[in-house]
Amino acid sequence: MAMAVAETYRRVQQWAERRLPALTRYRRPESLPIELHRRRIYIVPSGFGAAFGVLLLIMLAGALNYANNAALLLTCLLAAACVSSMLVAFRTLDGLRLSAIQAGHAIAGEPLALQLHVEAGVRLRQAIRVELDSQTHAFAIPAHETLAVEVPLPTEHRGWQPLPRIQLWTSWPLGLFRAWSWLYPEMSVLVWPRPEAAGPPPRSPTDDPIHQRLHHGDDLAALRDYRAGDPQRRIAWKASARHEGLLVKDFEQPRPRLEWRLDWRDLRHLDSESRIARLARWLGEAEARGVPSSLWLPGEEIAHGAGPAHYARCMNALAKLP
Amino acid sequence: MSSIVSRLRRKREEAPLEARPFDLLCLTAAVVLVLHAMQLPPWLDAPLAVVLALRWWQRRRKPGRAPVYLKLPLVVLLAATVIFHYGNIFGREPGSALAVGLLVLKLLETETPRDAKVAVAFACFTLMAALLSDQGMVATFVVSLGLLPAVASMRALQPARLPTSLRRELLPAFGLLLAALPLSLLAFVLVPRLDSPLWGAPPSGQARTGLSEGMSPGDFVDLLTDNHPALRASFDSEPPAPAQRYFRAYVMWHYDGRRWSTLPTGRQPVPVEYRDSIGYRISLEPTNQRILPALDVPLSAPGNAILGTDRAITSTKPVQDPLTYELRSALSYRLQPELDESSRRRALQLPAEFNPRTLELAGQWRRTFAGRDDLIVKAALALFHEGGFSYTLAPAPLGRDAVDDFLFSTHEGFCEHYASAFTVLMRAAGVPARVVTGYQGGYWNKLGQYLLVRQSDAHAWSEVWLDGRGWIRVDPTAAVRPERVSLGAAAAAAAGQSEWQGIAWLREMRNRWDVVNRWWNEGVIGFDALRQRGLLTPFGVRNTDTTTLSVLLAASSVAFAVIGLIWALWRRRDEDPLRAALRTLERRLAKAGVARRSSEGPQHYLQRAARALPGQREQLDQLMRSYLDLRYAHQTPPPEPLRRFRRAVRDFRPRHVVK
Repeated sequence: MAMAVAETYRRVQQWAERRLPALTRYRRPESLPIELHRRRIYIVPSGFGAAFGVLLLIMLAGALNYANNAALLLTCLLAAACVSSMLVAFRTLDGLRLSAIQAGHAIAGEPLALQLHVEAGVRLRQAIRVELDSQTHAFAIPAHETLAVEVPLPTEHRGWQPLPRIQLWTSWPLGLFRAWSWLYPEMSVLVWPRPEAAGPPPRSPTDDPIHQRLHHGDDLAALRDYRAGDPQRRIAWKASARHEGLLVKDFEQPRPRLEWRLDWRDLRHLDSESRIARLARWLGEAEARGVPSSLWLPGEEIAHGAGPAHYARCMNALAKLP
Repeated sequence: MSSIVSRLRRKREEAPLEARPFDLLCLTAAVVLVLHAMQLPPWLDAPLAVVLALRWWQRRRKPGRAPVYLKLPLVVLLAATVIFHYGNIFGREPGSALAVGLLVLKLLETETPRDAKVAVAFACFTLMAALLSDQGMVATFVVSLGLLPAVASMRALQPARLPTSLRRELLPAFGLLLAALPLSLLAFVLVPRLDSPLWGAPPSGQARTGLSEGMSPGDFVDLLTDNHPALRASFDSEPPAPAQRYFRAYVMWHYDGRRWSTLPTGRQPVPVEYRDSIGYRISLEPTNQRILPALDVPLSAPGNAILGTDRAITSTKPVQDPLTYELRSALSYRLQPELDESSRRRALQLPAEFNPRTLELAGQWRRTFAGRDDLIVKAALALFHEGGFSYTLAPAPLGRDAVDDFLFSTHEGFCEHYASAFTVLMRAAGVPARVVTGYQGGYWNKLGQYLLVRQSDAHAWSEVWLDGRGWIRVDPTAAVRPERVSLGAAAAAAAGQSEWQGIAWLREMRNRWDVVNRWWNEGVIGFDALRQRGLLTPFGVRNTDTTTLSVLLAASSVAFAVIGLIWALWRRRDEDPLRAALRTLERRLAKAGVARRSSEGPQHYLQRAARALPGQREQLDQLMRSYLDLRYAHQTPPPEPLRRFRRAVRDFRPRHVVK
């Protein structure tokens, strides 16, 4: 039963979007900031509003029937107040501005925290609800202030995920009318790959003595341009003579004893998604243990490092893999 | 796709009602209860108030629905109580009582916003029901204020509001109602009224004090101490002199020794000869009676009413709502110059074996004056005037021979005693006579130019038939206490008692205030289908029919919608004072011929302006520097320099460009 209702609703919605261009005008992605104005705010009576309207009609009929003008006056007053509340509902949304969206990080399948920065403009806004993927959050903003509304965005796959349409709606002040507006910010969020649940640990660095030796010691690695503060004894005078400016001998820094070199090429026996999942798990473990790690991916190589920024960079790189 | 499904699911898992909306809801119910308190029987009032208070206290401690085994018996008890008291469940009074009871019981199970919405809507309905019994201005105003907690509850049901105090919750609701007032008045005037009710309006069972078809000793005491308005009369020309302000209601022929009563009346009014007449309009308060009082003596009856044989006007249905009617009356007249035999017999009827001393006195007069009826009348009035009679609202009780007791032993009473005794005396002396009740006197409200007649102005007098002069009004009370006719019953009874003097100014003030009540009664309550049709008469439309009204209603609704939309769409342009000041400056310079180009920044623009207006170069340079300083040197412009800049902009007047 519920499914049939939902199906009918979807069909009606599709038909309306096809037939009523005004409804879909603001259903294309647009760039931030988005300011709500009269052309994109819609109002209909809510269920309660319709029921209240029926009640008002009954009151009207009663007052007219008994020729009771006092009761008629009261009914008119209540009805006029209800109608005026429609304008208040409109004004609650009118002029509201979505100035920025900040996306947090999330691995696929888990909700991603979106921060919608909403500016109130000149008036106080109360009882505004933001609805995203059938989840509703209510908020209020005092005049001239900006509020970061945190909304969880469900995610499914790794990679770029465009933001869905966001509905801002309100039934302020009396709950009789529902005013709403669609926001379709042209923005995508990056969803990190989901790490595999369990698997082998990465090859320990000690397993690879050649590699270790190669990078060990104060071997000359390269020449680079002189920077203020470089010690004089490092200047490569001979090379500088053949060059416009001074060149400096650069030495590899001695590596910490323990580090993980995570390499795409080491996982040939897996398909690409499994490789990504395993690398993601290793990155997570390295981050959790505080072990520095480096990452080699086709098309991108990330030097070793540690900390949340490094982890985020690596995960972003994994997420962006084709 | 799943939005409807999830919406359904959400409705089931609705959040519990917060404390604030519930408090407001309880306040709403309490207001409804108070407004209905006068109409409900006290033994229904008190338990409902207790239930409400208990429920409020219970939910404050621990939210939870009242169990079914508590709710169900309460509902049954309520219905049983209403049926027991009113004998019915339908109609205005029992319906209102039931609605109020159900509202209070609804709060017992109000735990979610959904329940609360139902309760609020129902509360609005019960508020309206309070007006079914009393349409007065004060009642309407108070009931309208009763909407405040209801509207505030609806607001409080919304999520994510900024916290406010309970008192401040009512303020925005008041603002909303105030803003809605113009539209509601318009709708009130233009909503087409019904000519006849859609369904039968059951008669109100409410007892009201007022004149009645009979008069027995002591009947008038309630009336004479009741200060509610009975009717208001406005006259086409000068109002009649106080001695002529007799409003005729019932004409009583039959006397059974104790009680005077009316006889069935015919539809053919007796003839009247008159010289001049006066036109006037009476607004009658609801009486639940069919009689329509009219100034002595009416010449015709208004629509929906019958002029009876004795020129008393009877409406076709009881007056349950304020009623306004227009009449013409003759002030000096000769009523029924020829008295037929059956009428004479009825006008001389006396019960046998009552009041022997009165009969004896009357027989003595009859012999003395030998058929000179007018002399008999004079003798009786002289008796009242000089026989030691006094006027009081608390006379000694009378025995079986009431008139004998009154005339020969107690010597005290008020209008009905005098009228009754006088009429019996006349009949015993062979002069045809009858008792007339109605209202006498009233307060002339200068401000409103109308006569206010209160229930306390109820009066009884006599009419005697004299050959060649017809029925003559004789007021024996006036012979005893002339103040009764000039000042009113309470003043007459209280003459010489100083305590009444102290609150005279209060009475005076209330009489003056009555002009507002009259305006309300005539302008608002009396605004019926008939008056609505005459709505456009000043604009040359004689008969405004329903279609015209609907068109008018639609047109003015559109007008209001436009006003509302302008308000809704209006935005404050610029709240930054610095930018606003710069904009003012730009406007002035543009008038002088230097308009800002869209590609220009303020610095560039003002420099160009300074070049174009060499006479004011220094001023403009100064303005530019202060603007740049205010805008870019601080996070927010400091107030004192900002004020100076704005003043400088205000004082700046560009002189026109010299080309």
